[in-house]
Amino acid sequence: MDLILIAEQLLNGFQLGILLFLLAAGLTLVFGIMDLVNLAHGSIYMVGAFFAATLTLWTDSFIIGLLLALPLTLVFGMVLEYVVLRTLYARGHMDQVLATFGLILFFNELVRVIWGPAGLAIPLPAFLDGSITLAWGIVYPTYRMFIILVGISVAVGLYWLVAKTRLGMLIRAGASNRTMVSALGVNIRLLFTAVFGLGAMLAGLGGMLIAPINQAQIGMGEDILILAFVVIVIGGIGSIRGAFIAALLAGMLDTMGRAFLDVLLLTFLQANAAETAGPALSSMLIYILMAAVLFFRPQGLFPPRSG
Amino acid sequence: MAEPLLATRSLYKAFGGIVATDNLTLEVAAGEIHAVIGPNGAGKTTLVNLLSGLLKTDAGEIVFDGGAITRLRPAARSHRGLARSFQITSVFPDFSVLDNVALAVQAHSGHSYRFWRPVRGDAALYAPAREVLARVGLGARMEVLAGNLAHGEQRQLEIAMVLATGPKMLLLDEPMAGMGVEESQRMVELLRELKSDYTMLLIEHDMDAVFALADRITVLVYGRDIATGTPAEIRANSQVREAYLGASEDV
Amino acid sequence: MIRGMLGKPTAISTVVVLVVFAIVPFIAPAIGEAFYVDVFARIMIWSIAAVGLNLILGYGGMVSFGHAAYVGIGAYTVAIFGFHDINNGFIQWPVAVAVSGLVALVFGAISLRTRGVYFIMITLAFSQMVFFLGVSADKYGSNDGLNLWNRSYFPIGDAELSIDGEKTFYYMTLVLLLLVIYLTRRMVNSRFGRVIQGARSNETRLQTIGVATYRYRLTAFVISGMICGLAGVLQANFERFVSPDMMDWPRSGELMFMVIMGGMGTLFGPVLGATAFLILSEVLSNLTIHWHLIFGPLLILLVLYVRGGLTGLIGLFERRPGDG
Repeated sequence: MDLILIAEQLLNGFQLGILLFLLAAGLTLVFGIMDLVNLAHGSIYMVGAFFAATLTLWTDSFIIGLLLALPLTLVFGMVLEYVVLRTLYARGHMDQVLATFGLILFFNELVRVIWGPAGLAIPLPAFLDGSITLAWGIVYPTYRMFIILVGISVAVGLYWLVAKTRLGMLIRAGASNRTMVSALGVNIRLLFTAVFGLGAMLAGLGGMLIAPINQAQIGMGEDILILAFVVIVIGGIGSIRGAFIAALLAGMLDTMGRAFLDVLLLTFLQANAAETAGPALSSMLIYILMAAVLFFRPQGLFPPRSG
Repeated sequence: MAEPLLATRSLYKAFGGIVATDNLTLEVAAGEIHAVIGPNGAGKTTLVNLLSGLLKTDAGEIVFDGGAITRLRPAARSHRGLARSFQITSVFPDFSVLDNVALAVQAHSGHSYRFWRPVRGDAALYAPAREVLARVGLGARMEVLAGNLAHGEQRQLEIAMVLATGPKMLLLDEPMAGMGVEESQRMVELLRELKSDYTMLLIEHDMDAVFALADRITVLVYGRDIATGTPAEIRANSQVREAYLGASEDV
Repeated sequence: MIRGMLGKPTAISTVVVLVVFAIVPFIAPAIGEAFYVDVFARIMIWSIAAVGLNLILGYGGMVSFGHAAYVGIGAYTVAIFGFHDINNGFIQWPVAVAVSGLVALVFGAISLRTRGVYFIMITLAFSQMVFFLGVSADKYGSNDGLNLWNRSYFPIGDAELSIDGEKTFYYMTLVLLLLVIYLTRRMVNSRFGRVIQGARSNETRLQTIGVATYRYRLTAFVISGMICGLAGVLQANFERFVSPDMMDWPRSGELMFMVIMGGMGTLFGPVLGATAFLILSEVLSNLTIHWHLIFGPLLILLVLYVRGGLTGLIGLFERRPGDG
């Protein structure tokens, strides 16, 4: 077994995990604080990618495109919250699921109308294209490393925000008792909009980061959104720490599974069976993990509210 | 006393840092009405939840009718004969009063894997349901949707649901909660009537009712039993007076 | 019988819908729009699936966001049999329904250990698993799907009953729809139905009075999966084609919409919902290729402002009893 290959896949798994975390963090924040299930989170991911693609093409620079797309996504998120999602806070989860499902249909079509049915590619600047050599002679694509580093910085920044700032304190307080927070005179509406905006930016960032690899595409949000939901269910809805750990776990499992499962299966299955079972099973691995976690701990691994 | 019908041994339950039930050993004799009183936060509802199985104990044992029920789920405890009413009315609001009670009867009439016969025409369920409703005084309100009942009527329905399961013992969590004077008196009368058929553990704040009904009283403070005895003994107990009844002797 | 089950306005609209279903195969060709027979056949197939989902969603309060998977499983089973040259409906159909039920048993057993939004998400995730399974099944067409060269046939004695004829298939589907509705009615009014509805209404209390709710809800979940499996069997035969897209989550979302739009926890609501949804889709998609721009917001408005769905709208002046 090629150790370098394993190391590469580990890094890839880590990178996928980071991406999942960006999406899951926003999702779990919004659910934990506002009790809102937002399926259109994946649409924000997609819109962020398209914003970045267009801005990169206009400004001829990926980095500038990225930096401009972030506030744009933030505004997009906040407008969405203000216009549509506010009315959903008072509703049950099923209503929220259905309404945001309608939003997905709408946004996928809107993107098609504005940007056309084909995807948009984002060209990478020279310094991000190519590979770097890491320890032990592992050669890894620079851009993927960039994603990992950005993701880790965001995770650290998020931790600092939630644990050390006033906004973070409000977030934590709102997560455990939103009525009390508003009774204390905090403008709860503003807080919600801010939190949603933060979540939107994180989702958008995720989309922007993956776009150079996978292109900005219509419908790109949906598949990863479901993975993100699985992640927050595994991690415990409302818990950022849970989202982080579960996201990394899921990313590793999915990537390593796809890369090595058929090889693993060959040890006790015939070649034909292993070849068909491998890809089928590996795409199901995350769901099997979720089923296993739920079987023993239906509230997830790190539920923020206990008892 | 003879073997108690319900007994707990060193029952313990904590939520994070808060100990709700602290090494509680309680015994209820068959045929008695045993009241549990205590200031707010004493852990009375927690106790009922532990006894009825809605909460798992951290430590300790519960024995009912000669069998350990500590590990049993709520449905199983109901089938052993232990029934529980709720402090905050918990019925089926979109069912009629009659259907509510019929469902309770159904729960104790074998399994419910019956997919074909309509329930409405089933006298085996509805006759006992009507009887119970007449007994608690809701005979005239049977077709009303439970969610539309007045508060006092809802409390009556709570009792009816509990009786319909044919239990040996009732765990009553503040049956008089939110009731006016007249309604409370009627409830006290009802409970007095029921005493001949059922053993009861009664959680209540209404001291008139407690002292009128109880054979014995346990006083709970911070999850711990600070005194158990007859109403007279409790009334005379200085610790109790200090902790709960206050300095006034007008009880 | 229908009047006995419903209030007057709902009874009338239901009768109207059923009469329309019954006469379409004669009226449509007469007015030169023969394709409406197809449209209504599709509506009836989806109605069956919606009735299946309504059992657990409307009556049972279990919001499953993954029921299209069971439709897909039913459909794929038939298609796979066909792929291996087994077209005997007496073999295909029971196996397809049984497999749907079995998968529902496994998924339901795990999902029902959760509540609320967890449950919604888990059912969604499980159906995605099935979707990916379909995509990765290269042998059976993967993303391109699988064709059925023959519809099922039913050997009785020496004869082979076929459902190739358009009218035959159509009326068979109508009969099956009515049968499924009737069976649902009996279930809902039975002891089992009371437990399911009680569990939706107040599960804790139901457990406290002595009902082990998990097993009954799981049973309902399985029955619901089997009904959807039947819908899938019909769909495979109707379209003569199956593909993983039948099982992806937008389909599950659409199924949920049909149930809710029609009026949850009512017998004919799912039929009204499926009819309205599919006709609306048909009309809008003919208006513009970008019809989702209208459809999406329309769905949102429906969710926000139409309480009780179509049945609620129609039956505004009725009092609805606790069961169907």
